[in-house]
Amino acid sequence: MSDKNICVLEIRDVSSFYGPKQILKNIALDVHGKSVTSLMGPSGCGKSTLIRCINRMNDLVPNFRLEGRISYNGEDLYSRSVDVTELRRDIGMVFQKPNPFPKSIFENIAYGLKVQGSPVSRGDLESAVEDSLRKSALWDEVKDRLHESALSLSGGQQQRLCIARALAVKPRVILFDEPCSALDPIATARIEELIVQLKEKYTILIVTHNMQQAARVSDMTAFLMLGDLIEYGRTSDIFTKPQKKITEEYITGRFG
Amino acid sequence: MSKGKQRQQWDNIFQFLGIGCVVFGLLILAVLVIDVCMDGLGRISRDFFFNYPSRKPEQAGILSAWVGTLWIMVTTGLIAVPLGIASGIYLEEYARKNRLSNFIEINIANLAGVPSVIYGILGLGLFVRAMHLDRSVLAGALTLALLILPVIILTTREALKAVPFSIREAAFALGATKWQTVSQQVLPAAFGNILTGIILAMSRAVGETAPLIMIGALTYIPFLPQSPVSVSADFPFVHFSIAGLFDYFTVLPIQIFNWVSRPQHGFAFAAAAGIVVLLAITLLMNSLAIYLRHKNQKRW
Repeated sequence: MSDKNICVLEIRDVSSFYGPKQILKNIALDVHGKSVTSLMGPSGCGKSTLIRCINRMNDLVPNFRLEGRISYNGEDLYSRSVDVTELRRDIGMVFQKPNPFPKSIFENIAYGLKVQGSPVSRGDLESAVEDSLRKSALWDEVKDRLHESALSLSGGQQQRLCIARALAVKPRVILFDEPCSALDPIATARIEELIVQLKEKYTILIVTHNMQQAARVSDMTAFLMLGDLIEYGRTSDIFTKPQKKITEEYITGRFG
Repeated sequence: MSKGKQRQQWDNIFQFLGIGCVVFGLLILAVLVIDVCMDGLGRISRDFFFNYPSRKPEQAGILSAWVGTLWIMVTTGLIAVPLGIASGIYLEEYARKNRLSNFIEINIANLAGVPSVIYGILGLGLFVRAMHLDRSVLAGALTLALLILPVIILTTREALKAVPFSIREAAFALGATKWQTVSQQVLPAAFGNILTGIILAMSRAVGETAPLIMIGALTYIPFLPQSPVSVSADFPFVHFSIAGLFDYFTVLPIQIFNWVSRPQHGFAFAAAAGIVVLLAITLLMNSLAIYLRHKNQKRW
């Protein structure tokens, strides 16, 4: 099944509020399958809020409210019939700061499989752990110490572990919320390389305030500012011939 | 220049003051411990632990007192720990943050500061009289459980609060339910700190005298509560019973209190020996708590 160029996520007229404060204003954009879409913009523009609407992490925030519609493969994500835990398994997430569980490397990756309704055999668990670690390019570094604490890994390794953990539950979409902002340039390069590899199989959204990162990894780029979607298009177009003046000012570094 | 010197002088003065305060506190404690040990250590023997209290000071022992303390502590723990942890989890993880939960939070903090004798009066009215539990182990344990419940709830909440939100996010993002997240990630991460809080609360309860005197715990008990496990020749040979919960009891601090108030000089030594035992128990529990806290310091 190839869903390349097929619209996987359809965001329509989405506005969101924390209490009385409006964060997103009538956002509309389509996310295509098997590609990397980056959400770029200065801090406070709502890019993280938008990405967290997609796997409904914002449900955890008291007083959060969403208007509009987000469809995933044609289904309204906020409809009553949606099981949020199932949804979050289909749409995985990697966070800004690496957040491994204070358990072993193995347990970190196995956890997502263990919380599913059906029991998983030890053998299946082991092969899933290896598979995920290989996909996230971490296997060679940790294969001899799978049962050591995940907290003993370096920051970049921890973040790749978090990616492996997200991959283990077999998502189809992965959301990256500024995955490199806590990492050094070398670790960042490895994560970016990984993201480009992963788009062969997954639909990827990445939030970044780093323009070069958006330019390097993404096929499509959305530029947000103060809750408005300013411009959305092919990354090459956004960076070479932006339609709006404010986008041009941002990418030429006049602010942000 | 002279200003710099003056500042340094103040620095030194406060350093000396601080050292003085610490030394003063330690000195008082040392005097107390040494004095008690000098009087009491000579009385501590096998017999002291295995004799019932007696009219003759040299034969008096703490058998019924330490067995009673054990009964009370275990029962108190069984009641207060699950209730306290469950309440803490509910208030911290599930309850909506609104005026009502604020009000409850403030009141639990207040309850933790209520003098223990007040809990004794509550226990007397509620457990001993209204529920007809009499002056039993159960009545005593319920009273002490009420006493330490607020402390356990508060430390559970603090321990849960100390677990970073990112851990919860990580679990939720993998499709874990709220209960899976709390029970499999948050609670284990907070467990060390919760345990520390429980031990400190229990070590407070070990030394409590006032509430148990209020509910009428006796000072002279020449028997033990019925053992929970007994062996006999009848099938199935090992018998379990909770009848001991309804027996009369005494505890170490009450036994000590009783001996101190006796006119005969010999009982002063028995009291000192009892104090040594009680001090040893509380110091052991507190050291265990400190050790656990140290061991569980996590870097996130």
